[in-house]
Amino acid sequence: MLDSTQEGYTTEDGRKIGGVVMEMRNITLRFGGVVAIKDISFDIREGEIRAIIGPNGAGKSSMLNVISGFYNPQEGEVIYRGSRRPPMKPFQVARQGIARTFQNIALFEGMTVLDNVMTGRLNHMRASLLDQAFWWGKAQREEVENRQKAEEIIDFLEIQHIRKTPVGRLPYGLKKRVELARALVSEPSILLLDEPMAGMNVEEKEDMSRFILDVNDEYGTTIVLIEHDMGVVMDLSDRVVVMDYGKKIGDGTPNEVRSNQEVIDAYLGVAHD
Amino acid sequence: MAQTDTPKGVPHSIPALLARNVAQFGSKPAYREKELGIWQNWTWAEAAEEIDAIAYGLLALGVNRGDHVAVIGRNRPALYWSMVAAQKVGAVPVPLYQDAVAEEMAYVLEHCFARFVICGDQEQVDKVIEVQGRVPQIEHIIYQDPRGLRKYDHSKLHALADVQAEGRAAHDRFDKELKTREAELDFDSTCVMLYTSGTTGKPKGVVLSNRNIILTSKASSEFDHLDPHDEVLAYLPMAWVGDFIFSIGQAMWTGFCVNCPESADTTLADLREIGPTYYFAPPRVFETLLTSVMIRMEDAGPLKRRLFHYFLEHAKVVGPRLLDGKNVGAMDRLKYQLGNLLMIGPLKNALGLTRIRVGYTAGEAIGPEIFDFYRALGINLKQLYGQTEASVFITQQPDNEVRPDTVGVPSPGVEIRIDDKGEVYYRSPGVFVEYYKNPESTASTKDPDGWVATGDAGFIEPDTGHLRIIDRAKDVGKMADGSLFAPKYVENKLKFFPNILEAVVFGSGRDYCTAFINIDLTAVGNWAERNNIAYASYQELAGHPKVMDMIQSHVEEVNRSVATDEMLSGCQVHRFLVLHKELDADDGELTRTRKVRRRIIEEKFHDLIDALYSGKTSQYTETEVTYEDGRKGKIKATLEIRDAATVAAGAPAQVAAE
Repeated sequence: MLDSTQEGYTTEDGRKIGGVVMEMRNITLRFGGVVAIKDISFDIREGEIRAIIGPNGAGKSSMLNVISGFYNPQEGEVIYRGSRRPPMKPFQVARQGIARTFQNIALFEGMTVLDNVMTGRLNHMRASLLDQAFWWGKAQREEVENRQKAEEIIDFLEIQHIRKTPVGRLPYGLKKRVELARALVSEPSILLLDEPMAGMNVEEKEDMSRFILDVNDEYGTTIVLIEHDMGVVMDLSDRVVVMDYGKKIGDGTPNEVRSNQEVIDAYLGVAHD
Repeated sequence: MAQTDTPKGVPHSIPALLARNVAQFGSKPAYREKELGIWQNWTWAEAAEEIDAIAYGLLALGVNRGDHVAVIGRNRPALYWSMVAAQKVGAVPVPLYQDAVAEEMAYVLEHCFARFVICGDQEQVDKVIEVQGRVPQIEHIIYQDPRGLRKYDHSKLHALADVQAEGRAAHDRFDKELKTREAELDFDSTCVMLYTSGTTGKPKGVVLSNRNIILTSKASSEFDHLDPHDEVLAYLPMAWVGDFIFSIGQAMWTGFCVNCPESADTTLADLREIGPTYYFAPPRVFETLLTSVMIRMEDAGPLKRRLFHYFLEHAKVVGPRLLDGKNVGAMDRLKYQLGNLLMIGPLKNALGLTRIRVGYTAGEAIGPEIFDFYRALGINLKQLYGQTEASVFITQQPDNEVRPDTVGVPSPGVEIRIDDKGEVYYRSPGVFVEYYKNPESTASTKDPDGWVATGDAGFIEPDTGHLRIIDRAKDVGKMADGSLFAPKYVENKLKFFPNILEAVVFGSGRDYCTAFINIDLTAVGNWAERNNIAYASYQELAGHPKVMDMIQSHVEEVNRSVATDEMLSGCQVHRFLVLHKELDADDGELTRTRKVRRRIIEEKFHDLIDALYSGKTSQYTETEVTYEDGRKGKIKATLEIRDAATVAAGAPAQVAAE
């Protein structure tokens, strides 16, 4: 188990992980009488790939929504880069450098891949409405800069061939990749991925895994992901949080988690006698 | 040797040609590549500066004269520059197939003893690192795309940009050395070494000299009147001799612009944006393009569809005649022009073929319908016949004499001879120097007078002088009555039907020919859907009586066409069956490049062959198959065997000329 000091650690494959960027302290989230998350604490460190796993209904997506600012927990606090984060709207969180993808793809189906990716640059646009309407001055410079960034990401994720294709015509695996592109183009420091491999075939999963590792490696992005596919989680992530019925039942490296009796019980079920 | 003279006024090496181009058209685009969605452009002068920087960098790394520098990656200007830079420092570039697995790569790297490898990206670097244990002589690996490589051990690994930067810094230090080495290059120094794909045995390194490449490029460029304003799209493997001739040889000779696509997947879109004027593609590319056009037309509105078919029918008659400069009536011309305005022009534009002046296809036989389709659109598509050992060109079709069934007349400077067994021999300035470290193979392929055996059987048409290739020489045999048996000739005719994926014809030493047919699941499945024929599996569809009827009609059509050829009329297919499984490389029935392995098929399906020659109407068989995960299984089937109508040899068959 790691302590919560600011010292980083070195992963098995030799990557250097930095200090804590985000810390969840005693988070409790309720919907009326339903307790979705019960008193959970964990931290996320600079540059690591952090997975949240658990059976259906364990509260994983709720946890991700707390991180992204979509839900504000009733109890506990979120410490982001050393200071307590007040309740925020998701767009404010996005401006702080946290981007996400969704479990059920949320792209603009009628727009091209390029246009969808460009929407991810919204946070970086400062030009006035008038400038933008006439594509003049600052708006023009910004557009060129944003397009450049969008093209870099398109190149990085190898989706050049569908640049001008409407998203609605794409197969599922590619849509997921476009969504990742849109999240990446905002140059996030933390990237939240909600089930990036759901519904993919083996080849698509392999591609996606490679891209996630590449993003982490190339841009140093901290990645928090929720995933059902155990093989993928264990291969990709540096540390894993395991949830069950809103509670945290395990936290550690994939190997530690694998040998945790409570985790095994939650996944395989226990015989009640 | 017949080739010792040196023509005057011809630069003696690729670097010398580069210098000439910089002087003549320094500010003209030489290379383009789409990067981040924008076409980047390098003029000849800029390209030469980049090449110099790489050359200085290579000197700084310690490349010696005569070293082999392996180049692996997809078509990118920087890799073409690397090859020229290697030549500049007196080394020999050795391009490798980028899709080769590490094992194949290790063989080539070991065989040519490469001390330096220039890779396109991480994928290639990984492969080289993987095999490094077998090829410890590799001293430095240079890569172009740094993605994913940042954290690798860089003690032997260098980014190409860094090598160039070091080269620029070391400019003064190596200036004299580079000039000396460049001046040493002459007509007989090695230009490039290309490995043949190696369908039989290990790959062989074909050594081509500056003389081979430059004289061939000169002759072929003049043959088709290529000029500096031509544009080509470089998308075929860099390790293939054709790409070397088109993208380096002819490009350097004429000074035209080489365009590199953004990625392999965007090639068709890039083709449309560039609109090349000179284009080369294997038949498969043309087939795929045609199929996609046809399928999309099926989905088009009724008006468009009718316009398309109406004008296409007309164009099929008039288009090729117009291209060949034959007489066409005024009304027909007018109608063709109207079609051009409404249908053909827009279609060509959508395919990116609007500006094509000369297009070539080679490698395999191309179906006459496919060939005619493109000719009908007014695209000057021609065939050529060539080999790595010939620096590509052996024969090619001149304008106005294009036919689907011949491969044209000998290219300028090429002599052709047919030996008494029917095998084609050639001799030309492009004939390779030797197989690297393999004098036995060199001696058995090239005789002391410089004649090279092609391994293909063919003949020269007496009245036109065109060469016709019949088959691989070792497959050509005699039937029981002594008449010529050329299986590939008949198989190709069968395969030109979209419904037939693969065909294997038997008959060597027999009384008559028989055939195995593989249906094309996409085409036949589509047809079944439209005709309300239900089927549950490949096997069921293949054995369906209506499918058998359809295949029978195809076979009989082929028989009628084969009968018109006096020499080969004995090769008509008398009996055939449709196989219950697709021939597969995993089962060893095909090579990885999808060529039929006759011996193995004969052994494996001997019961079926016996049945074909025994007069039975059906045969029960069991076949072992390998699934994709490596498990083995058995397919059982009872196959129907049918007789196909044949045309008596010598009878005046009424067949429309093809």
